Amino acid sequence: MRRRTLLAAPAAGALLSACAPERRRGAGGRITLRFQSLAWQRESVAANKQLVAEWNAAHPDIRVEYVQGSWDGVHDQLLTSFEGGEAPDIIHDATDDLADFAYGGYLADLTDLLPQRLKAEIPPRTWQTATFGGGVHGVPFLQEPRVLIANRTLLQRARVRIPGPERPWSWAEFEDAAHKLTRDGTYGVAWPLKEPVSATLNLSLSTGGKVFHRGADDKVTVRFDAADQRVPRVIHDQLGGDRTAARTTLGMGGSDTLPGFFGGKYAMVPLGFSYRQQIVQQAPEGFAWTVLPSPAGPGGDQRQGVSPQTLSIAADSPYQREAARFIDFFLRPPHMVRLARGDWMLPTGRTALRDPALRTRRHGWATGTALAGQLRPAPAQTVRGYPEWKDKVATPALQEYYSGAIGMGELRDRLVDDGNLVLARYQR
Amino acid sequence: MSRRPTARRRAARTGQYLALLGYLVFLAFPLLWLVSTAFKPPRELASLHPGWIPDHPTLGNFRQAFEEQPLLRSAGNSLIASLAAAVITVVIATPMAYVMARHHRSRLSRAATGWIVVSQAFPFVLVIIPLFLVLKEVRLIDSLAGLIMVYVVWSLPFALWMLAGYARAVPRELEEAAAVDGAGRLRALVSVTVPLLTPGIVATALFAFITAWNEFFFALVLLKSPRKQTMPIILTHFIGTEGVADLGPLAAASLLATLPSLVLFAIIQRRITSGTLAGAVKH
Repeated sequence: MRRRTLLAAPAAGALLSACAPERRRGAGGRITLRFQSLAWQRESVAANKQLVAEWNAAHPDIRVEYVQGSWDGVHDQLLTSFEGGEAPDIIHDATDDLADFAYGGYLADLTDLLPQRLKAEIPPRTWQTATFGGGVHGVPFLQEPRVLIANRTLLQRARVRIPGPERPWSWAEFEDAAHKLTRDGTYGVAWPLKEPVSATLNLSLSTGGKVFHRGADDKVTVRFDAADQRVPRVIHDQLGGDRTAARTTLGMGGSDTLPGFFGGKYAMVPLGFSYRQQIVQQAPEGFAWTVLPSPAGPGGDQRQGVSPQTLSIAADSPYQREAARFIDFFLRPPHMVRLARGDWMLPTGRTALRDPALRTRRHGWATGTALAGQLRPAPAQTVRGYPEWKDKVATPALQEYYSGAIGMGELRDRLVDDGNLVLARYQR
Repeated sequence: MSRRPTARRRAARTGQYLALLGYLVFLAFPLLWLVSTAFKPPRELASLHPGWIPDHPTLGNFRQAFEEQPLLRSAGNSLIASLAAAVITVVIATPMAYVMARHHRSRLSRAATGWIVVSQAFPFVLVIIPLFLVLKEVRLIDSLAGLIMVYVVWSLPFALWMLAGYARAVPRELEEAAAVDGAGRLRALVSVTVPLLTPGIVATALFAFITAWNEFFFALVLLKSPRKQTMPIILTHFIGTEGVADLGPLAAASLLATLPSLVLFAIIQRRITSGTLAGAVKH
């Protein structure tokens, strides 16, 4: 390797010295932490940069360098950086992307690094989303429930009961409402099902769905029982049975449904909570819309799965304690509120959730914060092999089921039989 | 009697033009839609019945794109990486392609052809980790120099294959004629062969430039410092989770990102045509 270095170095020429990476510890012992943030919306980026600037002003000996990353390709980028020992010190990601990194030993266990204040601030069920193999490998700080964004005018015209977090619709009431809302060229609901797996699995928590079952030997198997089948069956029936859902949105992402929603083609669209930002920005003048909670399961069960955004520390970072101090600063309750407002999401911290700015009825904030207590770890995120199961088995199977190409029996067979073959490879 | 073939020819010609027009519309559609989107305000972007011409054209998307992201700096980085990759690729590939064309039956030439074919079979993700480790060893991570090296290596096989095809089309007799006129081997190459290869060299340079200009994954993985990021990386900063995008600024920035390729192509396409004709006449 050394010989190759000697041979290759001259070829790099004069550009090499100009482009060589900076040293991490400057003169006078000042250290530099690299913080890769995936914030991308204008307000969110501004909040992130502002907090970094405040930290740098108050901590001249520990400088944080803000690096804007991208959700597109972040997994491969991080994996390569980890393998090459060049990962950022502080890593912004989401819990559903952490499992491989955590089990691979690339992320530091934060259990002893984080202060008690931060540990107590976030509920235990939320910590579970970033706990892998007994270690905490990320601080979950932003999350978003799936809600129904509805056309208020059409709701009032159809005279359906407007549900709230205290009294949500049951799945049957939701089907009934969609039925009443479907008329004059308007569909009751538009399911954007380009990525059907997480929506299906996360909403199925309300009906007792689990799909992934961990045995006493710690091995996970896939089952698709009656409780798991309830939500997919509702969606399937709305699309192909009573036609209260538009079939054209089957291949759409959430944003793609908005023109139809604004145009009165769909009365309701199930979307992530942060889509409100696009609605505020793009809705026509005078368009009346509201945020409704997702339908509840038996006994008013409003649980749903989420994969919060996280901050992690690279296991290779020589400055883990300093990075943990920055995370503690970054996630103080008022800061969490600023980050949440910037991203139009919910903070995970208890104190931040009580902030009046997030309790207002304007833009549906109050509905979202009322649902925060019902958010649970997404069923799949600690399962090794889930990404492959999702891409190769579940996504095509669910898409075929929703389009009517296969029935519930074949869907079940494929999710379970093919799925267990995939998971078995990861659990040998 | 004589009118019928003319009428048939006209009909055939009309059909050809219609097919060409259809093809052009097909090719131009995404670009025209990009132009339209770049000038639309947010509300028009979410219109149920979008039109080609914005009702209320705005430069707001461009303003926002420039305010939020360092577009000029990233375009400068992309330009350096792409131009350097194109020049180096051509400088290396031209003599190699010539040798491959003139000695195509030699073992070395066949091995090179095999290497070209095999190299095209490797996906990015397969080579990225070993490549990252090698570049780290020579301290070329997070440097445009490292990225340029990668682009050259990545473009070289196809560039070689392309140029070898052009070189094979240059008649050996022309070099022999130059030798008869007293030109040495090098003089014959420089004065006779290389000018005839110009269209191939230009096309290859354009290929290497566009490949590097559009490349995303290597740049994403190899560049860490914000000030070194290239244009494709910056464009993804307008895209969030689940494919949600800030469409207006993204379209505005993407439109600006297509301009260098278009300008470059407009400038050198004349060279491609004239070079081809020159070769044809001499042959």
